[in-house]
Amino acid sequence: MATETLTIGKALNMGLRRAMEDDPKVVLMGEDIGKLGGVFRITDGLQKDFGEQRVVDTPLAEAGIIGTAVGLAIRGYRPVCEIQFDGFVYPAYDQIVCQVAKMHYRSQGKVKIPMVIRIPFGGGIGAVEHHSESPEAYFAHTAGLKVVACSNPNDAYWMIQEAIASDDPIVFFEPKRRYWEKGEVDTSASRAPLHSAQVLRAGTDATIVAYGPMVRTSLDAAIAAEEDGRSLEVIDLRSLSPLDMAPVYESVRKTGRLVVVHEAPSNIGLGAEIAARVTEKCFYSLEAPVLRVTGFDTPYPASRVEEEFLPDLDRVLDAVDRSFGF
Amino acid sequence: MAKGNVARTRNGGSTAADPEFVQLLTPEGERVNHPDYTVDFTDEEYRSLYHDLVVVRRLDAESTALQRQGELGIWASLLGQEAAQVGSGRALRTQDMAFPTYREHGVLYCRGIDPIMPLGLFRGVDQGGWDPNEFKFNMYTIVIGAQALHATGYAMGITMDGKVGGDDGEAVIAYFGDGATSQGDVNESYVWASVMNAPIVFFCQNNQYAISEPLERQTRVPLFKRASGFGFPGIRVDGNDVLASYAVTRTALDNARHGNGPTFIEAYTYRMGAHTTSDDPTRYRIASEVEAWQAKDPIKRVRLFLEKQGLADEAFFASVDEEAKAEAIKLRERVLSMPDPQPLQMFDHVYPNGSPLLDEQRAEFARYMESFAGGAH
Repeated sequence: MATETLTIGKALNMGLRRAMEDDPKVVLMGEDIGKLGGVFRITDGLQKDFGEQRVVDTPLAEAGIIGTAVGLAIRGYRPVCEIQFDGFVYPAYDQIVCQVAKMHYRSQGKVKIPMVIRIPFGGGIGAVEHHSESPEAYFAHTAGLKVVACSNPNDAYWMIQEAIASDDPIVFFEPKRRYWEKGEVDTSASRAPLHSAQVLRAGTDATIVAYGPMVRTSLDAAIAAEEDGRSLEVIDLRSLSPLDMAPVYESVRKTGRLVVVHEAPSNIGLGAEIAARVTEKCFYSLEAPVLRVTGFDTPYPASRVEEEFLPDLDRVLDAVDRSFGF
Repeated sequence: MAKGNVARTRNGGSTAADPEFVQLLTPEGERVNHPDYTVDFTDEEYRSLYHDLVVVRRLDAESTALQRQGELGIWASLLGQEAAQVGSGRALRTQDMAFPTYREHGVLYCRGIDPIMPLGLFRGVDQGGWDPNEFKFNMYTIVIGAQALHATGYAMGITMDGKVGGDDGEAVIAYFGDGATSQGDVNESYVWASVMNAPIVFFCQNNQYAISEPLERQTRVPLFKRASGFGFPGIRVDGNDVLASYAVTRTALDNARHGNGPTFIEAYTYRMGAHTTSDDPTRYRIASEVEAWQAKDPIKRVRLFLEKQGLADEAFFASVDEEAKAEAIKLRERVLSMPDPQPLQMFDHVYPNGSPLLDEQRAEFARYMESFAGGAH
């Protein structure tokens, strides 16, 4: 076992590099990803080493990035597209939903679009509007797309490689405010299949389900709860479509309580789907209704109030308290 | 497939009045010269062009009839656009790739593809799925203009593969209509193709209408003039002239395959029928306009040319009609015998690697359907 301590950003960079080494058909496309290395430096140094044909600085048009990547995929390439910020994906939404998601289906399996669409998502970086959004539910709602979110350096390193190697089109969400957080990366072997949820912390009293940037928040909440004598189990979903619900059901049957945490607004969000499924499958195990801790159903607010908008440790613990209040 | 040579020539004959409108065959069947474009077909090739035009129109008429009889859900007729499609379609070389809209039945035919292939889409038994690489012809695209980006990306892939720069180079043709030129996707395609110097030809059939909206609602300048602003040549061709459509397209494709970048072709034509069988063009255009275009019919002029040149006789024309009729009857029979999909097939091919959620839904739905077995309910 070979381990290195890396940030999420560097782990993604190394994962992309390894995917490009493994398969000459992998090409990176996006705005400012070449010389600059991307606004978050995730593709730093890759154009220098792989050339301008494999790390393509594109014109500034997101539909164009995804649309031309579809053509490259038909030609046999495996495009990895970077959308610079979450709020900039919408011009490409039509190409993603109408073309990327449907080509395999309508061709009855004859056309594969093995594309990865990387999106730095979520808030907490003090940015102006359109730079802090959590649009994952739009994509998880679309048949034909798979959606994943990494939360730590080890997953970042492996999940990006597994997403690129997959023949499914995958929207890959990266927790941008966690890019600089460090962790151990085992570069010798992946620890889990791409579309699996993982129990990151075992507990007995209540289950917390999160993904992306909220995993760290949930783990911190679990540590704080322990001081209060409550044992929280924390599950990182990792895959948002399809959801790997088996570990969630198993946990809820044990704890009887579930709190779902995400930055995205609650209305018709991932939390609603998870609550519905848990209610269906674990009805007699539940001691309390499934509760959600989410961003509010407002547009993402001005950055000076984003700390109040974003779920934090205290709001997670408050929800746990409310769960025990039933 | 014809192998007409395109040579740039300035000798002989009269020159069309408008050098920006390439025409080689007038509506009266007169062969005219253009300073930059010509064709050099054999007698047999001229006859085969006529053959393709007639067959393509006949199959189209059969499909319209099938829709009227309830056998197709909808049909997008190419009536009036046969020359633009047969001319450009036959200009493609074997290694070239086409990205059609949903109306390029004539191009499909000229690629040597079985005309039954797209009819599943219009009958509703499938979604028009085929392997683009097997036929060098992408699936029909319904979303207006979306395929222009796919074509451009595919052309970028040709460059990445090092398949430009010689006679054996590959080129791409992207089809779309006048309405699509207003789409962001199409304009982004121009930007991409230009800055990437992609081996692509944008072939716009300006049939004057986007459903009900006339060209004036899409543009204040002739469409072909927009190309120069993007940094590549634009040219307008008589889209009802199969010879000119062929010559201009072949030159543009050869330029692309040799690494000389994109070309925009505006094939100036007219949609003689409705947008689709769901449309009623009498609500937005007048009969005299349609009649004026009838006089420019793309097939009639080739027939007049063949007659004047003594290249074909009545027996030939009758035999082509017979052959077209036979192909239409065959097409009809095959459409009627298309099997409906089984309900559970709707769960197939959503993902290359499948999905546990879909597995669950498929199993549940199968159980539900089985509960009706034996007339218990």
